Amino acid sequence: MNVLTDNFSTYGAGFLGTLELTVYASLLALALGFLMASFRVAPVGSLRVFGTAWVTVLRNTPLTLLFFAVLLGLPRFGLVLPFQVFAVLALGCYTSAFVCEALRSGINTVPKGQGEAARSLGMSFGQTLSLVVLPQAFRSVIPPVGSTLIALAKNSAIAGAFSVTELLGTYKTLNELGYNIIWTFVWIAAGYLVITLAISALFHALERTWGVPR
Amino acid sequence: MTEATALYDLPGPRTRRRHALYGALSTVVILALLAWILYLLFDTGQFTSTKWMPFAYQGIQELLLRGLGNTLKAFAIAAVLSLALGGLLATGRLSDHRPVRWLATLVVEFFRAMPVLVMIFFIFVALRVQPLPALVAGLTLYNGSVLAEVFRSGVNAVERGQREAAFALGMRKTQVMAHVLVPQAVRAMLPAIISQLVVALKDTSLGFLITYEEFLHAGKLIASDLDYDLPFIPVVMVISPIYIGMCMLLSWFADWVSRRERRSPKTKGVAVATPGPGALLPGGVPPTAPRP
Repeated sequence: MNVLTDNFSTYGAGFLGTLELTVYASLLALALGFLMASFRVAPVGSLRVFGTAWVTVLRNTPLTLLFFAVLLGLPRFGLVLPFQVFAVLALGCYTSAFVCEALRSGINTVPKGQGEAARSLGMSFGQTLSLVVLPQAFRSVIPPVGSTLIALAKNSAIAGAFSVTELLGTYKTLNELGYNIIWTFVWIAAGYLVITLAISALFHALERTWGVPR
Repeated sequence: MTEATALYDLPGPRTRRRHALYGALSTVVILALLAWILYLLFDTGQFTSTKWMPFAYQGIQELLLRGLGNTLKAFAIAAVLSLALGGLLATGRLSDHRPVRWLATLVVEFFRAMPVLVMIFFIFVALRVQPLPALVAGLTLYNGSVLAEVFRSGVNAVERGQREAAFALGMRKTQVMAHVLVPQAVRAMLPAIISQLVVALKDTSLGFLITYEEFLHAGKLIASDLDYDLPFIPVVMVISPIYIGMCMLLSWFADWVSRRERRSPKTKGVAVATPGPGALLPGGVPPTAPRP
C-alpha cells in the first residue's frame, strides 16, 4: 500500500510523462488528421490518393512496428532527437489516420443539401466550409475523436518499453527497489484510469455543449 | 469526385482547369518527397549488397519464417480464446440475473479501460508467466471484452419484433437466443468481429516487448548483426510490407464481408456493422456500441 506514498516522485514523473506524451501526440494527431481529412475530400486526385494511402497504411501498421521503425530507424538517417520526440511523432502519425477517418465520416454526415443551399445563397467556398459544413461536422465527430484520443493515451504505454519516461516504465525502477509488484501495477493501472477517465469526461462535456441532440 | 459531399458543386470548365493545375502541383510535391526519401536511402547506403546479403541465407530466412509462424500462432490462439471469452462475457451481460450482469459489466469495462500492454506486462512480470501465455492472456482479456460488447450490441440491435415473435411462439430465452437472435446478430456483426481480430493481429507485435520470439524479434536479431553492417532499414523494409499486408488483407476481408452482408436478405432485421474508423483502433469503441 505504501508503494505510492514512498515513490510519489517516481510515479509523478511517470504520470507527467504519459500526460505530456498524450497531450503532444494528440495535438499532432489532430493537426495531421485534419490535414489528411482535407486531402481525402479534396477535389484533387493526387491529394486524395496520398490521403488514402496514408490512412490505409497507418491504420494497418502495428504500433510496435511503427515505434520500432521510427525510434530505431530515423537515427540512421542522421536525425537524432530525444526519444520522447520520436515517440510523439510515432503516436501522433499513427493516431492521425484514425482521426482523419473520424473527421471524414463527420463531413460525410452533413447532407449534400446543406452545401447546395449555402452556395445558392451566394456563399463562397470558404464561407460554406466555415459557416455551414464544418460546424455541423464538428458536432458529430466529438464522440469518435474522443475514443480515438483515449486509445492514444492507452497506446502511449508502448513508449515506456522504448525507454521513454512514462507511467508503465516506472514498474522497472520500483521492481528493482524491491517493492510489491502487484501494488506497483495497481497504482500504474490507477494512473491510466485517471487519464482515460479525464479525457472521456472532457469529451462528455464537449458533447453536452455542442453534440448533436439525440 | 468519387462521392458526393456537401463541399463542392459540380466543377465548371475553369474550376476543372484550376483543379488540374493543383493536381499537377501536388503530384510534383509528392513525387519530390518520395524522391527525397529514396535519395536519403541511397545516400546513407541502405542498398549496399552487404546489408541485403543476410536475406539470401537460408538460416536467416528460416529465422524470419519462424518469427512469422510464432506471430501467427499467438494470433490464432488469442483469436479463438477471445471469441470464446467474448461469447461468455456477452452471455453474462445479457443475463437475467443481476449479480451476473454486474460482474460481467465490471470485467468488460475494466479490461477495456486498461492499456493492453499494462495487462501483458502485469501477467509477464508480476505473475511470472512465459512470454507466449502472457501475450495470449493479455490479448484475450482485452479483445474478449471488446468482442463481448460487439456481441451484446449486436444482439440488442436485432429488431424487437424478432424477439417478441420468438417468445410468442413459446420459445424459452435460451432458444430465442440460440435460434433467433444470435444467428442474425453474428451475421450483422461479422465485419466488426473481423476488424477486432485485425486489432488482435496488430497487437501480437506487443510480444516483441516481452521477448516473445515473434516476427519483430527475428527482425531485431538480424538488424543488430554487425557482420552485415547493421541492416536495420533493410529489415524494416522486408518486415513491414509483410506485417502491414497481413493486416490489410484481414481489413479488406472485413470490408468485403460488410458489403456482402448489407446486400443479404438474412440481415434485414439488423443494421450491419461497418468496420469503421474506430474499429481497427486498439481501445476504440466497437462500431455499434451505444454512444456514451
